[in-house]
Amino acid sequence: MRKSLLALTAGLLLAGSLSAASAADKLKVGFIYVGPIGDLGWTYQHDLGRQALVKELGDKIETTYLENVPEGPDAERAIEQLARAGNKLIFTTSFGYMDSTLKVAKKYPNVHFEHATGYKRNPNMSTYSAKWYQGRYIQGLIAARMSKSGVLGYIGSFPIPEVVSGINATMLAAQTINPNIKVKIIWANTWFDPGKEADAAKALIDQGADVIMQHTDSPAAMQIASERGKLAFGQDSEMIKFGPKTQLTSIIDTWGPYYIERVKAELAGTWKSEDTWGGLDSHMFVMAPYTNMPDDVKKMAEDAQAAITAGKLHPFKCPIVGQDGKPVECKGGDHLDDSQILGMNFYVKGIDDKLPGK
Amino acid sequence: MQLVLERRAERSGTIALASPLIAVGLTLVTMIILFAILGKNPLLALHAYFIAPLTDGYSLQEIAVKATPLVMIAIGLSLCYLANAWNIGAEGQFLIGAVAGSWIALKTQGTDAGAWVLPAMLVLAAAAGALYALIPAICRVKFGASEILTSLMLVYVAELFLDYLVRGPWRDPQGFNFPTTAEFDPVATVPLLIEGGRLHLGSAIALLVVGGAAILLGRTIKGFGIRVVGAAPRAARFGGFNANQLIILTFAVSGALAGLAGIIEVAGPVGHLQPGISPGYGFTAIIVAFLGRLNPLGILVAGLFLALTFIGGEQAQIAMKIPLDVTKVFQGILLFYVLACDSLILYRFKLVLPSRQVARGAG
Repeated sequence: MRKSLLALTAGLLLAGSLSAASAADKLKVGFIYVGPIGDLGWTYQHDLGRQALVKELGDKIETTYLENVPEGPDAERAIEQLARAGNKLIFTTSFGYMDSTLKVAKKYPNVHFEHATGYKRNPNMSTYSAKWYQGRYIQGLIAARMSKSGVLGYIGSFPIPEVVSGINATMLAAQTINPNIKVKIIWANTWFDPGKEADAAKALIDQGADVIMQHTDSPAAMQIASERGKLAFGQDSEMIKFGPKTQLTSIIDTWGPYYIERVKAELAGTWKSEDTWGGLDSHMFVMAPYTNMPDDVKKMAEDAQAAITAGKLHPFKCPIVGQDGKPVECKGGDHLDDSQILGMNFYVKGIDDKLPGK
Repeated sequence: MQLVLERRAERSGTIALASPLIAVGLTLVTMIILFAILGKNPLLALHAYFIAPLTDGYSLQEIAVKATPLVMIAIGLSLCYLANAWNIGAEGQFLIGAVAGSWIALKTQGTDAGAWVLPAMLVLAAAAGALYALIPAICRVKFGASEILTSLMLVYVAELFLDYLVRGPWRDPQGFNFPTTAEFDPVATVPLLIEGGRLHLGSAIALLVVGGAAILLGRTIKGFGIRVVGAAPRAARFGGFNANQLIILTFAVSGALAGLAGIIEVAGPVGHLQPGISPGYGFTAIIVAFLGRLNPLGILVAGLFLALTFIGGEQAQIAMKIPLDVTKVFQGILLFYVLACDSLILYRFKLVLPSRQVARGAG
């Protein structure tokens, strides 16, 4: 008995090492996720991107992911674990991984890193993000048309430029429809916490908001809006099944094409450190079907989408007046330039809120 | 008929020592079944969990780094628990220590301050942790308030206080509004023990703490007092040991150790203050303290073992694609078996036949 157990153990270990050997020929690609892959939002979409990658290039690559990695001291270790496990291209998919990714990148010059939504780069570290503010602009138009109370509810995650530019784009759009529109903002201070997100949605509705928008990752706010008979926008993912009569549209991240492109470059040996910032024209994100709205609102949304995609409409078209009543310097000709949007740290006029810490 | 727990007249010393090992053994068996249900090769999975991290220097360093705060906090907690003082708020004391130490780091930032910065941070963090722990201790001694509740509630106060600081006054001006302070200067950073590695001076400090606690408990009157007050309060009173004084003392010591662990974590592996510096170290340390039988050396082993499950859990995720939740299930199962084994050493199950009274009372 004992002998057979030992033989079994040896056999199993051998089988394990054999399969490891055959996998060694493939390019290893690693992913770090901030939430669980079942968050049905941000991380879920990244994992769909990874699955698309496997479908396209599965015979040449092997993917690994670590989920629910907090943006703190554990992140550095998790990223380094992936690098040590032989992954040659590693995607770190949250803003808060920026410094950890850079630290590990400097330690492993032969491994390539891709950090989502950050601004620090290295010869072996790229950044990639999407111009979600374009989608926010469309949502702002819809929200202003659909709101009866004239109050929008906005669940923020962290007051980083990406989130602030989303709020500003929403309001600039909404003000073109209703100059007196109001927005209530609650900072959830988390990317993923369905409980907190739901509480925020309840509080916003109690304060009179009848269209809920969010920059957090779960469908919790959509469910609350649905229960209360209000309207809402999905975030990151298609959330219509959580609010069939609630969702107006959703900004759906589509990372698959980008991941495939970058892995192909890695396979071909042409990978370079780059900064990719894709808009509606790049299909890095798409708008979910426009639902639960009258045809004329839908038409307006589709027209705006077409104009933004064609480059005819820029959400941050000048002149823009800041919250302090002074005009914002216009560095990009007739619109704000990319660096102003990427570093956005001010509210536009009409937002009745104070940026935390300002 | 019903099952009741009945206290055993005598307990076996050997079994008491073997109990954590039995618990670990049962956990392993359960995990093997779980892996098999998940369709993973149990032997390879256990190898990834428990053997692979022990086979290279990098993982060993990571285990030591992860175990450092756990062991330091658990040592302090064990003193409390031995004295029958229930400090559940080590997490809060950890955070307050981190905040207090960071204050010096931020105040001296960019001022070319000398080598005194780090020692001052450590001392202030320990003092702050101790003071914070004294709040529930004094409430218990003076007003009879349950220290379990007050110490636990103070965790949330500490969390929110730290949150406020890094989102407001202490936020890195160059940090694009992300809730974090600027990176600490080199003089405010815990030095690494191995160049290019992650092992830092804090792990050495943790070992000193273990040694100190072993001497305190084994060789000193104070240590004897702590144990007597916990094990036999009446005897302790006759013996002239002041239980209230010991509650204050053990709370202060455990708060100081938690605070020290906090600043070491912030000034070491993290390098700046931010929310989420602790993935629940203060609570996990409670498991460590009990897994180590409230014994300093046992706690060292237990801390390293729990750290191993974290690192091994990640490696299993990478090597075997085993979900992260399995690591959490694992830790939960382990605690369950430890408590179950301990209960069965002190108590035994007894079947009680229904009497008329019981039947009537049950309604």
